[in-house]
Amino acid sequence: MLSNQEVAEELLEKFGDQVFDFEEPYGLLTVSTTRENIISVLEFLKNHKSYQINFLTDITGVQYPDNVGKEFMVVYHAHSFIHNFRIRLKVSIPEADIHIPTATGLYASANWMERETYDFYGILFDGHPNLIRILNIEEMDYFPMRKEYPLEDATREDKIDALFGR
Amino acid sequence: MADIELLPHNVPAQGELPELVEELTTLNLGPTHPATHGIFQNILKMDGEKIVSGEQTIGYIHRAFEKIAERRPFYQITTLTDRMNYCSSPINNFGWHMTVEKLLQIEVPKRAQYIRVIMMELARISDHLICNSILGVDTGAFSGFLYVMQKREDIYEIYEEVCGARLTTNMGRIGGMERDLSSTAIRKIRDFIKTFPPVLKEFERLMSRNRIFMDRTINVGPISLERALSYGFTGPNLRAAGLDYDVRVMNPYSSYEDFEFDIPVGQSGDTFDRYNVRIEEMWQSLRIVEQALNNLPEGPYYADAPEYYLPPKKEVYNNMEALIYHFKIVMGEIDAPKGEVYHAVEGGNGELGFYLISDGGRAPYRLHFRRPSFIYYQAYPEMCKGSSLSDAILTMSSLNVIAGELDA
Repeated sequence: MLSNQEVAEELLEKFGDQVFDFEEPYGLLTVSTTRENIISVLEFLKNHKSYQINFLTDITGVQYPDNVGKEFMVVYHAHSFIHNFRIRLKVSIPEADIHIPTATGLYASANWMERETYDFYGILFDGHPNLIRILNIEEMDYFPMRKEYPLEDATREDKIDALFGR
Repeated sequence: MADIELLPHNVPAQGELPELVEELTTLNLGPTHPATHGIFQNILKMDGEKIVSGEQTIGYIHRAFEKIAERRPFYQITTLTDRMNYCSSPINNFGWHMTVEKLLQIEVPKRAQYIRVIMMELARISDHLICNSILGVDTGAFSGFLYVMQKREDIYEIYEEVCGARLTTNMGRIGGMERDLSSTAIRKIRDFIKTFPPVLKEFERLMSRNRIFMDRTINVGPISLERALSYGFTGPNLRAAGLDYDVRVMNPYSSYEDFEFDIPVGQSGDTFDRYNVRIEEMWQSLRIVEQALNNLPEGPYYADAPEYYLPPKKEVYNNMEALIYHFKIVMGEIDAPKGEVYHAVEGGNGELGFYLISDGGRAPYRLHFRRPSFIYYQAYPEMCKGSSLSDAILTMSSLNVIAGELDA
C-alpha cells in the first residue's frame, strides 16, 4: 500500500520547491505545482517504475476571482490501479495569462476534458490539437462557469426576499 | 467489303484518361437518429461502406448542471444527478449523497447502506438490460428486447415502491433513506430475485451463442487495454478490454466489502466481450441483491444528522427543534463545512466521480461530475475507423453512451 508520505517525499526530492502546498483533505494527497512543471510531474508519476500512477481520472477548472494573480486553477486527478492510490494535482494560473500546457501528449482522454475546461472557463491549453467548445454552441462569446455570470438575472426585483436576503 | 464506319463509341480513347477522383461521402449520423439512442451527432467520412474518419458533436442536451449546482442547497442537487445517467439514476443519487456524507463525515447506519446497495444493484441490472437488449435490437433481434423490458418494468415498480418515482428517482436523502423498505417493496424485490433468472437465461439462450449475433459482434469495435486506459475507460467497457478495475472492490463504499461477488473480465474489448461482461455483471448484481436482502440488518435507516436529514413529519408538528430544523433545511439555511472531496462510485458505465469544493456556504463552491460516458465516448472514432456503418452502430450501442451523462 502506497502512502501519501512516500509519494510526497519522492515528489519533493525530484521537483524540490516546484511542488508545494501538500495537503490531505479526506485522505487524498493534494499537491500544487506550477504550469511549467505540471506535465513533467504527470509524466514522472505515469512513468514511475513502482508507482505507475498512469490513469488520468479527471481534469477540471475552478475559479477564485478574489485570489489576485491566481484567479484560475486547473485540477488533475490521477490514479494508480496497481497501488489503488489517488493523487490530486493543482495548478494556479493568472487571468491575465490564462495558459497551461496540454496533457494530451500523455493521455488521450485529456482531449475532451481540456476542451470542457476551456469551454466553461476559457483556460487555454497550449498545444491542444483541437481546442474548441464542446458542450456549448460555438457562437458563444463568454465562458459560462465563471463566477461573474450569476445564475439568475441580478436585476430582478420581484425575487428579493426581505427575510432571507435572496 | 464496304468500309465500316467507326461509331463514336468504338473509337479508342485518345490521349490520357481522366484521373479517377476518390470522393468521400459525408454522413450525418444523428443528432436525432434512431440508432444513436440519444441526441448526439457523428459526422462520418465514408468511403463507400467503410468509415474513414469520424467527428462527434455533443452538447445537444447540455443543461449546465455544474452551474446550477452552485446555487442550490446540497439536498436539491440530487434531482440534477438523476438526470445524468437516467438508466440507473439511483446510483447517481446515492453517489451524490455519499459525497456529501463524506464531506460532513456522517456515518450512515448499516441498514441504510444495505438498502442503498440493493437499489444500486437493481439499477445496474436495469442499465445493463437496456444496453444489451438495445444491442440486440441493433443487430436485428427485437424479441429479446421485449422479453427483458418486462423485468425492467418490475425494477421500476420497485423504485416506485421505495421512492415514488420511476425514472428520475431522487432516491435517498443525505444521511440515509427517506423511508424504510416497505413490506411490499421487500416482496417485490423477492419476486424479482425469483423471476429474473429465467428471463435472463432465456435472453442469453436467444443471444449469447446465436450465430448471427456472434458474427455481428465478435471483433467489432475492439479496443486494446492500453488504448482503453489512455482514453480513460472505466466500468464494463474497461473490464471487457481485460482489466478488473471496479470501484466497488477497489474503494468499497456503502458496505460493498460485506458481499461476495465476482468481477467478470473480457479479453479483446470488442462488442461481444462488452455484451458478455454486462450479462455476467447482471448475474453478479443479482447475487449482491440477494445477499443484501437476506442479511438486511435491523436498526435505523437514517443517520443522526438533524441539520441535514429532514425530521419525521410527526416530530415537525409536535417538537420545536424538529420544526426549526425542518424549516432551515427546506430553506437551505444550513452552511456546510469547508472542504474538498472527491468521491467515486461504480456507475452503470464506470467510475462516476463527484469533485466537490465547499467554501463553507449553503451551496457548493464548485461541483464537477466525472461522467464516464463523456470521457470514453471520445474513443469512438478510433474504435469504428475502418469498419462498416452497421458495425459502427453496434459499437456505439455496446459502449452504452447515455446522452444525459454525456452532456450533463
